[in-house]
Amino acid sequence: MTDTPHNAAPPLPALSDRLKFYAIWLVVAAVLIVLPKVFSSGGSLTTFSLIGISIIFALSYNILLGQTGMLSFGHAVYYGLGGFLVIHTINIFTANKTPIPLPLVPLIGGLTGLAFAALLGWVSTKRSGTAFAMISLGLAELVASSALILRTFFGGEAGISANRTKLLRVFDWSFGPQIQIYYLVAAWTLIAMVAMYALTRTPLGRMCNAVRDNPERVQFVGYDPHVIRYLAFCFAGFFAGIAGALAAINFEIANSAYLGAVQSGTVLFATYIGGVGFFIGPIVGAIFVTILSLGLSDVTPVWQLYFGLIFIAVVMYAPGGLTGLIMMHRPLIRAGTLGRVIPSYAVAFVPTLAMVAGLILVIECSVYAAHGDGNPNIRAFGVAFNAASPLTWGLAVVLLIGGFVVARRTWSRVAQAWDDALVVAREKGLAA
Amino acid sequence: MNAPVSNTAIELRNVEKSFGVTKIIQNMSLVVAKGERHALIGPNGAGKSTTFNLISGYMKPTSGEVLLRDEVISHLPPYQINRRGLSRSFQVTNVFANMTVWENIRCAVLWATGQRYAFWKNIDTLPEVRERTARILTDIHLTARRDVPAGLLTYAEQRALEIGITIAGGADVILLDEPTAGMSHAETERAVALIRRLTEGRTLLIVEHDMSVVFGLADRISVLVYGQIIASGTPQEIRANPKVKEAYLGEEAA
Repeated sequence: MTDTPHNAAPPLPALSDRLKFYAIWLVVAAVLIVLPKVFSSGGSLTTFSLIGISIIFALSYNILLGQTGMLSFGHAVYYGLGGFLVIHTINIFTANKTPIPLPLVPLIGGLTGLAFAALLGWVSTKRSGTAFAMISLGLAELVASSALILRTFFGGEAGISANRTKLLRVFDWSFGPQIQIYYLVAAWTLIAMVAMYALTRTPLGRMCNAVRDNPERVQFVGYDPHVIRYLAFCFAGFFAGIAGALAAINFEIANSAYLGAVQSGTVLFATYIGGVGFFIGPIVGAIFVTILSLGLSDVTPVWQLYFGLIFIAVVMYAPGGLTGLIMMHRPLIRAGTLGRVIPSYAVAFVPTLAMVAGLILVIECSVYAAHGDGNPNIRAFGVAFNAASPLTWGLAVVLLIGGFVVARRTWSRVAQAWDDALVVAREKGLAA
Repeated sequence: MNAPVSNTAIELRNVEKSFGVTKIIQNMSLVVAKGERHALIGPNGAGKSTTFNLISGYMKPTSGEVLLRDEVISHLPPYQINRRGLSRSFQVTNVFANMTVWENIRCAVLWATGQRYAFWKNIDTLPEVRERTARILTDIHLTARRDVPAGLLTYAEQRALEIGITIAGGADVILLDEPTAGMSHAETERAVALIRRLTEGRTLLIVEHDMSVVFGLADRISVLVYGQIIASGTPQEIRANPKVKEAYLGEEAA
């Protein structure tokens, strides 16, 4: 083996790799264009728009959490302020007939997020960890309560609204129909995704990772971790502002809920459930959480409870998030040993499903018992059952406990099969 | 002509450091000349690591001054001192555990190549960064482990990476804190050869417990006991110094 600096560097991406890379983005763009042709109902267009907004917001949050290691409890501040400013902007533009079309307006939301992040970020990014988390929480409370006090700007409880269709028209798009809003959101989602991905490939982006891993050592390679955290915070604020602007355009209203703790919590959820360790993690999380929250709220009144349970399960058993779970299998696929774990998954699936079904039954019956509004024949997840019947309770308990007892054994078999498969992958040098 | 340039790389002038009422460093003065390999030895708890922390800006002295090439640096934060050409390693391995070996070295090269906080350049295609990182990687013999996360390296490899990160920025004053601690005899020999080669033409201040390393590597030695320098001199002078024998070396010579 020759050990010269020349071959010590990783090879520059070959032309084919670069083409492959651009091809991925082209495919994403194509999917975004075709999607409304396949699912053309008004409901799905709204869902897609919300997903796009959520993707931008979650990716911006991951600049903090996943890339730089900063846990923020107040990221919605920049999302919300972006939204409010955009509603005001639309109203001012409409009143003055300012010749700026709607597609450019989200940029104003982004600049608002950036401006407030630049203003509020310098102090809060001085420290990482608990101090940063607490300051972010404090600032979020401060801004959220200001939104209720400063009524002329924030509109109090009702919020403020705007008509998005009265701005300068280009290509004769009024942005009244949801399909036009969808394309507006899709275009901005694509731009924001490319921009935030590119950011991870820059000197600043890499130093963000270094600050996440070891802020102390960063100081001894010439960098000020405070400046790195501050810049990351500004970028996160900018993209959060764009997301908030798109949300405001989508709903034609901005209210105090935009900047509230729930909004900040939701983006943390989505990002973490998707997986903070991968660029696509927050994208997966945003899609998952948006669809789940829209879907679950239709089938059960306590959908937020299930959210909490999913979050706890991910934190405890899959700290890499959904993306982490999928990515875990990459070395096995490369080593060709995925076949060894699949049967154990299949075996574990049935009792685990029974356990989850039991848990859901117990929860739904308990909710009925707590509410007790007369009619015990309830439907949850599309299944009708009698929540007051001892039979249902019995079934629920049997499923939950029986499922758990059996499932526990199958889980250890999964772990066993997993270890075997990984050993082989290691021998082939395909896993660490 | 300029004023005469002094030959001093690092100087400590009457430096004191206390934590509460405990004085760790007492009235310490030390001069490390440019281009020399200077070892700081002393029993456990003598204040060697604290001295490193004071020089590198990790701690501020309670009183006294630290100078780098005749400029006072004791009020500066660590990154400012690093930018002035002083770089240190850590006794406990202190790398970027989730990043690959390549990325670890590259982080240490970025500032020195003037990238600063750039967010408009593709880091993978910067020629100077690539070249320098590759050279350091070759120097520390970790090319084969280039794409492995630093947290998964063996202990000796992590120590080599630690040295790599320390020298990657091209600093001409290098502080190494027990670079061979916990290594086997063979690993120590390799590490010493590495240190000797990589610090060629630079100033080195090294804390080390292994006396064969100290006497094999150092041009000058200072002995620190209870926060005070009790002797400074060539290896021969130190070996012959009765105060040193009594306080420190005696136990080992016996």
